[in-house]
Amino acid sequence: MIYIYSFLFAGILCLIAQVILDNTKLTPGHITSIFVVTGAALDTFSIYDKIIAYVGGGALVPITSFGHLLIHGALDKAGDYGFIGLIMGMFDLTASGITAAIVFTFIFTLFFKPKD
Amino acid sequence: MEKRQYNDLVSQHKPQESRIQNAMIAFLVGGVVGILGQLLVEFYSYYLDISSKDASVFMIVTLIFFASLFTALGFFDKWVNFAKCGLIIPITGFAHSMTSAGIEYKKEGPIFGVGSNIFKLAGSVILYGVVSAWFFGLIRLIIVGG
Repeated sequence: MIYIYSFLFAGILCLIAQVILDNTKLTPGHITSIFVVTGAALDTFSIYDKIIAYVGGGALVPITSFGHLLIHGALDKAGDYGFIGLIMGMFDLTASGITAAIVFTFIFTLFFKPKD
Repeated sequence: MEKRQYNDLVSQHKPQESRIQNAMIAFLVGGVVGILGQLLVEFYSYYLDISSKDASVFMIVTLIFFASLFTALGFFDKWVNFAKCGLIIPITGFAHSMTSAGIEYKKEGPIFGVGSNIFKLAGSVILYGVVSAWFFGLIRLIIVGG
């Protein structure tokens, strides 16, 4: 059942994005930024956490989970250190994704050339 | 040739793109990536015997690795052109934008080419993500207190 929820949630997010892309002048850059902000906004009062508990991996894959992880790390640290914790913990949970993307990109750009 | 005739001719030869078809493809591809995410989370948490929270980190790194590799090999661009938001909205789009920018600007050197262009597209995601997360975090901290 969780696979169906995963499929539907991730699919519907992509569907919304595609409809925005086709019917407005916004570029993919605008849309991914909007989705990240939406993810952070949804997690302000832990709504996105409930979605993840319900939907599973399907909610972790879209870029909205990036915003969710940013604010989640910040709030975790803020629990211990107050306002300064927001800054300390911002990248706690997204560090793995960003570091992986940077390292893999660097390695692959060393070895691969542009196609044409 | 008159301008109107010219426009007619152009519109005849323009590739026809159905918005409904685009939306359906994005829905299906995005959904399949979502299922793949859930499959990987269960796979890692079962075979590596870790919590599903740790397994989700493994899952995201796996997706980033393959998106990055396929972009470097050259055929992920075609997939993105076909599925559009189906692959841009999942975390694969983030890795794709970084690797494609890195490889595209490789010829301009390691500093001004790769170094300064790698975040050309992904930078906006990080900028607005961090600013909004900080802002919403501040709001929550003031209202709820943690």
